[in-house]
Amino acid sequence: MRTYRFDQNSSPLLDAMNEYQTNRVVKFDVPGHKGGRGNKALSDFLGESCLKNDVNSMKPLDNLCHPVSVIREAQELAADAFGAENAFFIVNGATGAVQAMVMSVCKSGEKIILPRNVHRSAINALVVCGAVPVYVNPGINKELGIPLGMTAGEVEQAILENPDAKAVLVNNPTYYGICSDLRRIVEIAHKHGLMVLCDEAHGTHFYFGDGLPENGMAVGADMAAVSVHKTGGSLTQSAMLLMGKGVNADYVRQVINLTQTTSASYLLMVSLDLARQNLALHGREFYAKTVEFAEYARKEINALGGYYAFGEELCNGRDFFAFDKTKLSVHTRAMGLAGIEVYDLLRDEYDIQIEFGDIGNILAIITGGDRALEIERLVSALSEIKRLYGRSPVGLYDHEYINPNVVLPPQTAFYAENVPLPIAETAGRIAAEFVMCYPPGIPILAPGERITKDILDYIAYAKEKGCSLTGCRDMNVESLMVVK
Amino acid sequence: MELWFTENHTDSVRFSIKIKRHLFSEQSEFQKIDVLESEEFGRMLVLDGYLMLTEKDEYIYHEMITHVPLSVNPDIKKVLVIGGGDGGAVRELCRFKNIEHIDMVEIDRRVVEVCREYLQKTACSLDDPRVHLYYEDGLKFVRGAENEYDLIIVDSTDPFGPGEGLFTKEFYGNCYKALNECGILVNQHESTFYNEYAKAMKRAHSRIKSFFPIALVYQAHIPTYPSGHWLFGFASKKFHPVNDQNAEWWLAQGLKTGYYNRFVHSGCFALPQNVRDVLRETGAEK
Repeated sequence: MRTYRFDQNSSPLLDAMNEYQTNRVVKFDVPGHKGGRGNKALSDFLGESCLKNDVNSMKPLDNLCHPVSVIREAQELAADAFGAENAFFIVNGATGAVQAMVMSVCKSGEKIILPRNVHRSAINALVVCGAVPVYVNPGINKELGIPLGMTAGEVEQAILENPDAKAVLVNNPTYYGICSDLRRIVEIAHKHGLMVLCDEAHGTHFYFGDGLPENGMAVGADMAAVSVHKTGGSLTQSAMLLMGKGVNADYVRQVINLTQTTSASYLLMVSLDLARQNLALHGREFYAKTVEFAEYARKEINALGGYYAFGEELCNGRDFFAFDKTKLSVHTRAMGLAGIEVYDLLRDEYDIQIEFGDIGNILAIITGGDRALEIERLVSALSEIKRLYGRSPVGLYDHEYINPNVVLPPQTAFYAENVPLPIAETAGRIAAEFVMCYPPGIPILAPGERITKDILDYIAYAKEKGCSLTGCRDMNVESLMVVK
Repeated sequence: MELWFTENHTDSVRFSIKIKRHLFSEQSEFQKIDVLESEEFGRMLVLDGYLMLTEKDEYIYHEMITHVPLSVNPDIKKVLVIGGGDGGAVRELCRFKNIEHIDMVEIDRRVVEVCREYLQKTACSLDDPRVHLYYEDGLKFVRGAENEYDLIIVDSTDPFGPGEGLFTKEFYGNCYKALNECGILVNQHESTFYNEYAKAMKRAHSRIKSFFPIALVYQAHIPTYPSGHWLFGFASKKFHPVNDQNAEWWLAQGLKTGYYNRFVHSGCFALPQNVRDVLRETGAEK
């Protein structure tokens, strides 16, 4: 059992909110719904206590932009719980945290080393701050058609070729639950004087569960963006930015304040305070139950035949260094169905909503908040989908990742003079905008990349199979903005 | 002092029974189990506050969920009962000599144990050598069976709580797979009088209808169930419940019943207009 410096039973922000309610303070400040009285329909929908606690920053409740009292204490408790030197609450999702990390370490024109299968939020940060990406091609599992992690050797190679780079960004884990050798990457990066940033949007549980891959702070990474709402139990859109030793947290706070709201939601912040408390006190059991559910589902799904719910057996010590056992990633292509088709069938025919389906796989998010009967429903529905819809896999697209050819930095391309072209006529041009399937939200094309026939085929196929394509100015993705 | 059991049939309708004694109460892994003894209805089993059966009227439900399919196919030999931890459906099945094998799958072992202790009236046949008890999730059990059963009886709680997986499309599809080509599926089908139940009933019906070429609904009058009017589903790959009724065979079995008889059999498929209207809303009926 980990020991903490502070008493993790405490919940300073919750206590302050309760105190505020007890004092029955007269509200002549925002929000204008005044505890719900000004918007009865909303109050009926969300509940009176929710609206009453939807308040604005004030002296007794502190201020996220400039935390000096209860928010500061809540953040210190969070830093303690996550084993970080400092922690900031973020109310704009891990997206906000990823952008703050990147913008804290890179200025315009400076280089950052990252795998291309990052979330759009990382490349968005490059568009905003003008940093230049140096992509390390992730490994690929050809059979599953998915990108993996980076090998430590390739990261070192990239550093040697770009000695002026400022930082390395690592997915820990990827959406599919795959981890790189983060400990080794941190050693190498630090040896060469680079910072290490972890996108741990899907890794909150690494800080509290047993037998899971190592977390960023534990291996000495400099910063980590943690989407506590994803698997940690806080409200949607709440996240944390963790910092290790040697990071100037006051500077990071200034960077966060460049883009984050000055009216941070107390509902989101209290949810972070309570999620931290719960994880510190009960996270271990919660994630043990999570792993138990996921391992059971994997076993049952693999017994159905046709599906492949992959796991730790694929670990190879390199680009599939470790696997997050809480993730239920299932390869569907051998059954003749694209992942997105299984995803749609589960929702439309069986009222089961999973996290995403892409070309060859589906991903279900499992947590200790699930119930055994729901796991049985998922497995049984997959069994039925196989019986009723399974077919020969002939003709299914078999890869998920195409190495990019970066011609211009994302910011340069995004702001360059550009023109819309019918998508079929864009081969050979430089993209000025993103194209991605959402979820998972990993760009197929990012601004500044050369458009190829392979990429266009992939986009057409994803569209045909029913993927939701996002990122383009033309919402129907019939034309693409390209650099003039 | 007066002790009353009250069940909310809807948010604004209540049904109360005067209680003599509260015999048993326990929170199991899955639900709250209570056994009460009443003035009028004898002993009663209550799960999560919902009345499951009373000694006075349980025979109506248990006869109707078993004798109807048995009278349609006298060759039924292998039966799967899902739920039914009180043993009432198994008791009725065990009266039929043609049945060779009964698998009963109840998720909550405690329900069976409590009924064995307090409700011998329904649990009396659970030790019949033809009966095999499995304590696991019904959805999981049926997933593993293929082309195996002549009859599946779904004797479930309502579609909220531990029984909710037994009203799903994946469950009915797996039942279809588990039945042989003569297979019949009979299920507890809720009722149409109150909206909440009607919604569950409609969903269940259209889902069953999407798998089985023959899918009908029949009714019984059960005084202690919400509205007193309750429905069952009869779905089959081959047999029509009315056209294929074998009344002579059933009579020849010489079974004494309290509700079911050969006239009720054909009559119970004659549904009142309000039920027909609700079924039509499912789009599954013309």
